Amino acid sequence: MFLYVLKRLIYSIPIALSVSAITFSLVYLASGDPISAIAPSDAPEEIIQSLKTQYGLDQPLPIQYFKWVARAVHGDLGVSIASGRPVLSELGTSLRNTVCLALIASFIGISLGCLLGSLGGLYQDTFIDKISTFVSLIGVSIPHYWLGLLLTILFSVWLGWLPSMGASSSPFAFDFEHLKFMILPALTLSVIPTGIITRTVKSIVSEMISKEFVVALQARGLSQFTIFKHIAKNALPTVLAVGGLQIGYLMGGSILVETVFSWPGTGYLLNIAIFQRDIPLLQGIVLVLCLIFVILNLFVDVLQSLIDPRMRRGVNHD
Amino acid sequence: MIEHPSYWTHVFTKLSKNKIAWLSGGLLTVILLSAFFAPLILSTDPYRGAMLNRLNPVLTSGHLLGTDELGRDMLTRLIYGGRISILLGMAPVILAFIIGSCIGLIAGFMGGKINMLIMRTMDVFYAFPSVLLAVSISGALGPGIVNSLLALTIVFIPQIVRVCESSTTQVRQLDFVSAAKMSGASTFSIIRVHVFPNIIGPVFVYTTSLFSVSMILGSGLSFLGLGIKPPEPEWGLMLNTLRPALYTHPGLAVLPGLFIFITSISFNLLSDCFNTAMDIKK
Repeated sequence: MFLYVLKRLIYSIPIALSVSAITFSLVYLASGDPISAIAPSDAPEEIIQSLKTQYGLDQPLPIQYFKWVARAVHGDLGVSIASGRPVLSELGTSLRNTVCLALIASFIGISLGCLLGSLGGLYQDTFIDKISTFVSLIGVSIPHYWLGLLLTILFSVWLGWLPSMGASSSPFAFDFEHLKFMILPALTLSVIPTGIITRTVKSIVSEMISKEFVVALQARGLSQFTIFKHIAKNALPTVLAVGGLQIGYLMGGSILVETVFSWPGTGYLLNIAIFQRDIPLLQGIVLVLCLIFVILNLFVDVLQSLIDPRMRRGVNHD
Repeated sequence: MIEHPSYWTHVFTKLSKNKIAWLSGGLLTVILLSAFFAPLILSTDPYRGAMLNRLNPVLTSGHLLGTDELGRDMLTRLIYGGRISILLGMAPVILAFIIGSCIGLIAGFMGGKINMLIMRTMDVFYAFPSVLLAVSISGALGPGIVNSLLALTIVFIPQIVRVCESSTTQVRQLDFVSAAKMSGASTFSIIRVHVFPNIIGPVFVYTTSLFSVSMILGSGLSFLGLGIKPPEPEWGLMLNTLRPALYTHPGLAVLPGLFIFITSISFNLLSDCFNTAMDIKK
């Protein structure tokens, strides 16, 4: 077990390094010079040169990359070009806001998905099965940014129950004052995991229910509930993997929903960074979100192998 | 020799008995054809607006679905808008299918170090959540349709490579492939005759399930201002430019999203029908 965790841990290191390299080079795909974002176009040459030296842009790319990684390891992601503040402090609150949103959304998605998926799988071709098929179809088909607009119209414009954008300005706490801003974005974001998890759980449960061991359990006269416990135990590792990764996808993909609701999270910040051509901020956000995703992947794999020892046999997929 | 109906004939016979396949396929055909032949069926200009006719509600005389924030006819723009939105849904997936299945076939068939090299490279792209990858690529490249198409293609290639590689690896270990190898068949003809027909099913179904994802994501990029530039009609961009009207004209402002939703649900329904007809276990 320890060996497996160690192997998996070591395997994440090259992945994390490659991710950082791609994140770093992404910016050099850009046609615009990052300096043009801060210096006026008619700035004298020596000012542009001194700005380049100040941001380290006058050095060759590989050197820039290694310096960037070395500083990132020490928690220094550079200084935002637009605001002049350290990237890490810009990231702090917005990261917390996005994590909150992603956790609530995946909690809704995973619980609703497990419920609908298992009911749909257990009672095939019934009304509840149709509902679960419908929910999973809507979940994967609806453009969630559009659903966000629909919910805004319904709950903010017509009913006036919930605020349509922003977050509470008072210091963070878990009360209704803060939560009410989160309800609509979290609900919007949760349709994706709800759809995917309903579909996954339903297909596992309906496959499992015709397996011999379930027939044997039924033959022994066990109650429906006990049989379901056996099925659930077998379905758990897959649900865990799909659900765990969804949290990461939601965090990385929250930009659309955060833009709709002006939710001050990483997606919103990313949007600002892109349009202001704030390269250090852009790199910082993408790197942090990807590293969280890599760690989440690692965590899910280890947890999965704890539940199901068969998973431990190989680090490689083949 | 008895002529057996081919596998694909079998699949299409099964599909033709499915009502949902007819419904979603029919809907898609109507949307596709009307977008494609828009200049023939419409005499109105999607770019021409009238400032006096701004934000007319749905069912105004002369404008069936109203007018947008610049007084342009909504129905015309929605029909024309399908061109780019559907292109954003289909082109990256088809491109990724061609490139990804080639890479996946090579990785799966060669095995060993080549497989390791290709698949570990794909793992790196897997370490990016897909929306984040698309947003950061098109954010770095800047707005424009070519950049959006490129960003989406890069997002889908690793996913198709994975599906293709795992099916190829399974097929490669089967006896008939070894038999073909022993009989001296060339690598290319083994792949063409023995491997490819056996893996195309699962890869195809997986690919069809990506159309809706690609369209939602592509329109999403335009919605963020990272895709198509105004005044081009595109559903995601229209949703964005109509956002200020959300409070005053909600019925009008949500229309472009409805078109994305209907198209994407049709893509998904048709993909599910293919899945059932081809009897592929996910």
